Amino acid sequence: MDLLSISSTALYTAFILYLIATFFFGATIKDKQTDNKKKGFSGKIAITLTIIGFLAQLVYFITRWISSGHAPVSNMFEFLTFLGMALVLGFIILYAYYKLSFLGLFALPIAMIIIAYASMFPTEISPLVPSLQSHWLYIHVTTVALGQGILGISFVVGLMYLIKEVDQTVRSKETTWLEIVMYILFVFIGFIVITTSFNFMNYNATFEYGQGSSAATTDYHLPAIAAPNGGTLVTEDVMKPWFETPAWFQGEDAGRKFNTLIWSVITGTVIYLITRLILRKRVGATIQPLLKNMKADLLDEIEYRSVAIGFPVFTLGGLIFASIWAEIAWGRFWGWDPKEVWALVTWLFFAAYLHLRLSRGWHGKKSAWLALVGFGIIMFNLIVVNLVLAGLHSYA
Amino acid sequence: MKQIKCDCGHVNPLGTVLCESCGKPIEENQHIDGNEGKKLLNMRYDGTARRSKTYTKSVVDRIWSFFSSVKVGVWLIVLALIASMIGTIFPQEMYIPANTPNRDPAVFYESQYGVLGLIYYQLGLHNLYSSWWYLLLIALIGVSLVICSLDRFVPLFRALRHQNPKKHQSFLSRQRLYSETESATDEELETVKKQLKKRRYNIKEKDGYLLAEKGRFSRWGPYVNHIGLIIILIAAILRSTPLFFMNEYVWVREGETEVLPGTNGEYYVENKDFIFETHDENDERFKDALSKEGMVASNYQTDVVVYKANRSIPGEEPELEPVVEDSIQMNKPLSFDGYDLIQSGYQLNEFSSMTFKIHETSDADEKSLGSFTVDLRNPQPEFDLGNGFKVVLDQFYPDYYLDDNGIPASETNFPRNPAFVFSVYSEDSEKPEVSFVGIGRNIDGTGENKYKLGIEDFEMHDVSGLTFKYDRSLPFFGIGAVIFMIGVIQGMYWQHRRIWIHKRKDGSLVMAAHTNKNWFGLKKDIETVTENTNIKMVEDQQELGEKDN
Ligand code: HEM
Repeated sequence: MDLLSISSTALYTAFILYLIATFFFGATIKDKQTDNKKKGFSGKIAITLTIIGFLAQLVYFITRWISSGHAPVSNMFEFLTFLGMALVLGFIILYAYYKLSFLGLFALPIAMIIIAYASMFPTEISPLVPSLQSHWLYIHVTTVALGQGILGISFVVGLMYLIKEVDQTVRSKETTWLEIVMYILFVFIGFIVITTSFNFMNYNATFEYGQGSSAATTDYHLPAIAAPNGGTLVTEDVMKPWFETPAWFQGEDAGRKFNTLIWSVITGTVIYLITRLILRKRVGATIQPLLKNMKADLLDEIEYRSVAIGFPVFTLGGLIFASIWAEIAWGRFWGWDPKEVWALVTWLFFAAYLHLRLSRGWHGKKSAWLALVGFGIIMFNLIVVNLVLAGLHSYA
Repeated sequence: MKQIKCDCGHVNPLGTVLCESCGKPIEENQHIDGNEGKKLLNMRYDGTARRSKTYTKSVVDRIWSFFSSVKVGVWLIVLALIASMIGTIFPQEMYIPANTPNRDPAVFYESQYGVLGLIYYQLGLHNLYSSWWYLLLIALIGVSLVICSLDRFVPLFRALRHQNPKKHQSFLSRQRLYSETESATDEELETVKKQLKKRRYNIKEKDGYLLAEKGRFSRWGPYVNHIGLIIILIAAILRSTPLFFMNEYVWVREGETEVLPGTNGEYYVENKDFIFETHDENDERFKDALSKEGMVASNYQTDVVVYKANRSIPGEEPELEPVVEDSIQMNKPLSFDGYDLIQSGYQLNEFSSMTFKIHETSDADEKSLGSFTVDLRNPQPEFDLGNGFKVVLDQFYPDYYLDDNGIPASETNFPRNPAFVFSVYSEDSEKPEVSFVGIGRNIDGTGENKYKLGIEDFEMHDVSGLTFKYDRSLPFFGIGAVIFMIGVIQGMYWQHRRIWIHKRKDGSLVMAAHTNKNWFGLKKDIETVTENTNIKMVEDQQELGEKDN
């Protein structure tokens, strides 16, 4: 077996281990004691599996690094996979401190969604363009991902807090928003499901677009609902597009990405609706009883702590190391590129969060909502900024 | 100045919320920290008197109070955040793509994004980050940072430096973590003390009162990090002056030497060679990706020599003395004498010169009757071929294309696709013959020309775009960033924990504890130190419900 297949097997193994670990974390629901004292047997198995899974992912990372000659953090697949890994690491760190098995039941699925999402992007090893050929690439990107992973835990815990604390007996703004967050998670799952299905069928539809010397083709692996701007379908016997992607979608392959988004939303919605139909109540309301034994106070504190721990790491990676690299590569440490601006936005947001925590009224639910928004900003920077606001960093 | 005397005899400054010495709440001042009617004390800044909360009459007071409010600070941060987001809706002016048909912002935004683009442009949002109001926002954050830090730092420093372990009962019982134990022995107290010391608490005792404290320095974290931020803001101001920052751009052709702008002619740079390399398509590792993406660049490099000019007399042609010879690559800038040269752009395969020959139109062999060479960087107007032929260069289009009206024009000033209109004068006719010659084009002006021009030879070169700059503000940014990081780490990864223990004469014992964050950790500490004793574990008197309201 060559290194590269070892690498992808290791990633796959990690994924499966996280999945199994999640079930074991789920089994800890029975444990009455949510404090650190007595840890159930299943909790021990679960964390062990998580750590082995993390090590497997480390194997993926190292072998891929060796075989490509550069740290695998240079495209969307690699970066998102790493983010998932960082989230798991953040979880392990906080678990070591708080011994809260339950955290795993929520953190691991989020990490798995991110890793699965990552695998939908091209996974080939790609060579580095000159601007990426720097040690600062690794230093910057790994630190950023680590910071984002730790901050991501605050999202997980904030979500747990809200599921636990939002009153589900009556319909309110809070239940609606919480349900919207759940729905967004379903859209990610929808993306994974639909992409996997059509990949499995080897679906392909080719478009030609652009004019004159800059003509190009793009391959859709999902039936085209939105054609590329100014594109014509050249493959026969496939679904005809319904409309064109608006011109203001920037960047390479904007049409294909937009089309994928449409499919993800459709699939996610369908899965969500089916789930609702089966459950006959809000998804949040369904999960709520699971969290009955948790102390709200402790969740609130962990959420805050993960921001407190993640914020310096993110600052270091996302602003300071980023600036150092930009200074070396482009001769300016700050250029108001969209990606940079969104790192600044993330930073300002969490600074605001920390300051709000200084006052009394901003603990509990309000702060949990902020944690969700904060992670939303991180994901926005990763996905929308890459796909829509093309900048120097446009990865995929 | 009116002062407040506490029952314990300590005289506190006006505006104090908790007595500086014994911690007893000064009842009439509880509203200052928004603590009226609450069971638990507000321990922020240990209840010290802050200027912003005490003096609110004069204009200066009001401004001071305004900027020292965290609420205002957060608003400023949120406004800066929203403004920053708005700046990414459409590209900023400097990021208008180079291949856009019309890069004039007045045209670009409307043509690309319609009405919204037009509004964006007219509001000046295409240069948002250098707009006066954005800079003002940042400046206000700076002011707020300075004032709020001073407002809190000074009293907090005083309060924490002279802590009296002897605390009033109402101070203790109104802490978040509190317990009362009916009876505790002296041995148990000793065990606790020993355990506390083992966990590196500092212990201070007075009259049977005990204060165990750890991690106080973390309280200075926010002030340290704010100082770092202020230094960064100052560095940004410095950077806007030419003394600290210069940024120029030069295009240098291979084989040529250009003066480096912004140095008063002191430095010159020679481009010896520009190297453009791509990843090997047959590289096993990248085969899949390369077959999808096509060619991927692997190296941009300029081999340069930097010269220093010696002029014995000002204005005289300088004598160039090499300073450094090196190659500049992306991510490997060249530094010399405080300047940096950075690989920033390139243009491959420009034409340096073209050689043309004249032959008879009817001659199938195209036998040359004479030739001439046009230097495309600096084309001569006329060429005398010596054997009766004279060629005049009527028009030169360095980068030829046909514009919308079908009229020949030049897209850029770079000789990438040169085209020429020549008049050929020969001995056999009075009137010159007009020829249009370009790459792959050779058009006869009248269709009856006797002589024809053909491209015989050409030379090409690459051009390298180099950023030339100095940035003397970088050390200040660096210092600011380091101080900021020290501050946040200090404030975030350590916590200030305090445990007060009082063993009363009757053998009962009270214990109270406070931390600025990580209550879980503090509780764990207390659990450990009271292990194997009968001292009661502290109870958390605060339910989240209370905070939420
Ligand atoms: C982008 C700008 C800013 C950043 C990154 C920043 C960062 C921080 C951080 C990391 C903390 C520590 C928080 C904690 O320990 O939980 C802090 C505390 C604080 N900040 Fe800022 N800050 C900024 C702007 C401001 C402004 C404008 C104000 C003005 C009102 C302010 C007032 C405070 C105060 C009062 C504290 C608490 C100090 C204490 O606990 O003793 N900050 N800041």
